Amino acid sequence: MKILVAIKQVPDTATQMKLGADGKTIDPTGITWIVSPYDEFAVEEALRIKEKRGQGEVVAVSLGPDRVKEALRSCLAMGCDRAIHLNDPAWGAADTLMTARALAAVVKQEAPQLVLCGRQAIDDDMGALPAQLGELLGWPSAYWIMEEAVDADGKTVRVARQVEGGLEVFDLPLPAIVTAQKGLNEPRYPTLKGIMGAKKKELKDVKAADVGLAAEAPQLSITALEALPPRPPGRIIQGDLPTAVKELVRSLREDAKAI
Amino acid sequence: MEKFRGVDYYEIEGLLSEDERMVRDAVRDWVEAEFLPVVIEHHRAGTFPLDLMPKLGEMGIFGATLQGYGCAGLNNVAYGLIMQELERGDSGLRSAASVQSGLVMYPIHAYGSEAQKEQWLPAMARGEKIGCFGLTEPDHGSDPGGMKTRAVRTTDGYVLNGTKLWITNGSVADVAVVWAKEADGEIYGYLVERGTPGFSTLDIHGKFSMRASITSELAFQDCQIPLENKLPHTKGLRGPLGCLDQARYGIAWGAIGAAMTVYDWALQYAQQRVQFGKPIGSFQLVQQKLVGMITEITKAQLLCLQLGRLKDEGKARPQQVSMAKMNNVQMALDAARLARDILGAAGIVDEHPIIRHLMNLETVNTYEGTHDIHTLIIGRDITGLDAFGM
Ligand SMILES: Cc1cc2nc3c(=O)[nH]c(=O)nc-3n(C[C@H](O)[C@H](O)[C@H](O)COP(=O)(O)OP(=O)(O)OC[C@H]3O[C@@H](n4cnc5c(N)ncnc54)[C@H](O)[C@@H]3O)c2cc1C
Repeated sequence: MKILVAIKQVPDTATQMKLGADGKTIDPTGITWIVSPYDEFAVEEALRIKEKRGQGEVVAVSLGPDRVKEALRSCLAMGCDRAIHLNDPAWGAADTLMTARALAAVVKQEAPQLVLCGRQAIDDDMGALPAQLGELLGWPSAYWIMEEAVDADGKTVRVARQVEGGLEVFDLPLPAIVTAQKGLNEPRYPTLKGIMGAKKKELKDVKAADVGLAAEAPQLSITALEALPPRPPGRIIQGDLPTAVKELVRSLREDAKAI
Repeated sequence: MEKFRGVDYYEIEGLLSEDERMVRDAVRDWVEAEFLPVVIEHHRAGTFPLDLMPKLGEMGIFGATLQGYGCAGLNNVAYGLIMQELERGDSGLRSAASVQSGLVMYPIHAYGSEAQKEQWLPAMARGEKIGCFGLTEPDHGSDPGGMKTRAVRTTDGYVLNGTKLWITNGSVADVAVVWAKEADGEIYGYLVERGTPGFSTLDIHGKFSMRASITSELAFQDCQIPLENKLPHTKGLRGPLGCLDQARYGIAWGAIGAAMTVYDWALQYAQQRVQFGKPIGSFQLVQQKLVGMITEITKAQLLCLQLGRLKDEGKARPQQVSMAKMNNVQMALDAARLARDILGAAGIVDEHPIIRHLMNLETVNTYEGTHDIHTLIIGRDITGLDAFGM
């Protein structure tokens, strides 16, 4: 069974974001890049499916600039068999739909039985791509999945999604798209041997023309980015207890309108 | 405190290969997720999280530079970075890995028979079997050449008599690499399995340093071991010193890890702690301490990196390893003391990692050749004159 995992490289959660001079981008200096955590669940699940079936191939794919190779190499270090890097200046300003088109083109070429993604990338939190990809391919897709089981003959996948008070269970005919929610699994650490072996695995550069895509303009563009306003400082109410409590209640009611 | 982001003032990151960075990051993430949440409880109880040994083995930490026998075959810089990250967790964690890799797997790999290698290396690489290294004795620390432990040849093996003291993982080890003298007055190495009659261990309690690490006494009383448990390819003090050279190299890197963590912690604290209406980091005296720390850490990083590159080319001399061990551990100890000072009273509780590192580093200063012994080694090297007092 061939599984394709779509991953995105995102700034580490510990990064303190700074706005770029143009007010539309993030200043990339000093950013540590990682594989988006939900995508790691997807990679882990793909590897587990392969290990459970005793055969198969896991292909990691990502769209982005040169630095994305490092994210793909971490996926190879975790155990993916090969990686595809959609790397073309034509995709420089790609929005989710352009990314979905590029991925759909790769999926058509690779013809996997299953595409796994994280439920959303933790940078812009769009979460739109898997649905767009499903639509472009005409494949069934299920999102925010907590449990997954591919049937023995690889014809369907049973997935479960957490809903208020329980689990919602679906059977999807394969090929299908499934996105991973936290709790699906506990991603493995890459082993040192895996890291050393990653270099020897195939990491293919793919241009737009290689997958038969013509240049297009993104339909979504960023007008402006704004930093969050600094949090107003807290207020400590001074004075003896009865007066302070009265002032607190007054302030909660009249200033904060919280009660 | 914010998540640790590494300490790199001189873009040393750019001198590392992608593999080296990936190895470091994998170990950093592991320490963050698996070790740091349990270290305080183990430090208080004076125990080591033994259940983590197989997990470290699974990652490929043990014997990482060795070729074959299930080992990862990394270069020395990657190995050093592993030690740095482990010691960022705790010197006790790095000690466990140093002993297993540098002091037990290394001599079995370098001096052992094929059967010994097959028996021990793969299982130790997986972290299923634990080893310890018995060189130091109650009356012979810096001067191991004077050891009293004896091995006497019998018809079908050797009989060991003597005591080893301050042995990391002594009581939990499945196998001890024990150094003893034979009738010819030369030092040889022997593999003694746990449970061998005449071999007993006793843990050392009351430690104020290296608490999250097991330290034991090994006693050999007419302890009979088979012939094939002797390491066939080592004779003389050079054998154990060769092992120490490996472990000291790892310590030089490990000390950077400890220093990075205390620096990072003190820096963040100084930016947040307000006294006299200002963050204490805005006072010149506090800045001077922080600047001194980052400067020394940067120098130590460059020292280790070049040493690692030399080692990979087979050019590193033991005296150069001595310099890195001596300098970097002193540097880390100084940094930990300054960091402790910057935290004020908060610096003495284990909620902050600083006092734990500070106390640990007192051991690191002493073991694997004390700071002063390394000074003498380098002194002899540059002057050609021996100051050991022999
Ligand atoms: C927690 C811990 C774990 C350890 N783990 C191990 C282990 O796993 N295996 C093992 O074999 N050992 C281990 N050791 C022992 C360690 O290697 C020794 O403690 C070390 O070699 C120093 O020996 P000593 O303690 O006997 O000190 P001594 O040799 O008595 O030294 C005391 C002082 O005298 C100084 N000194 C000694 N000789 C000279 C000289 N010629 N000139 C000037 N100054 C000198 C020293 O620098 C030191 O300051 C461990 C120690 C500790 C604390």
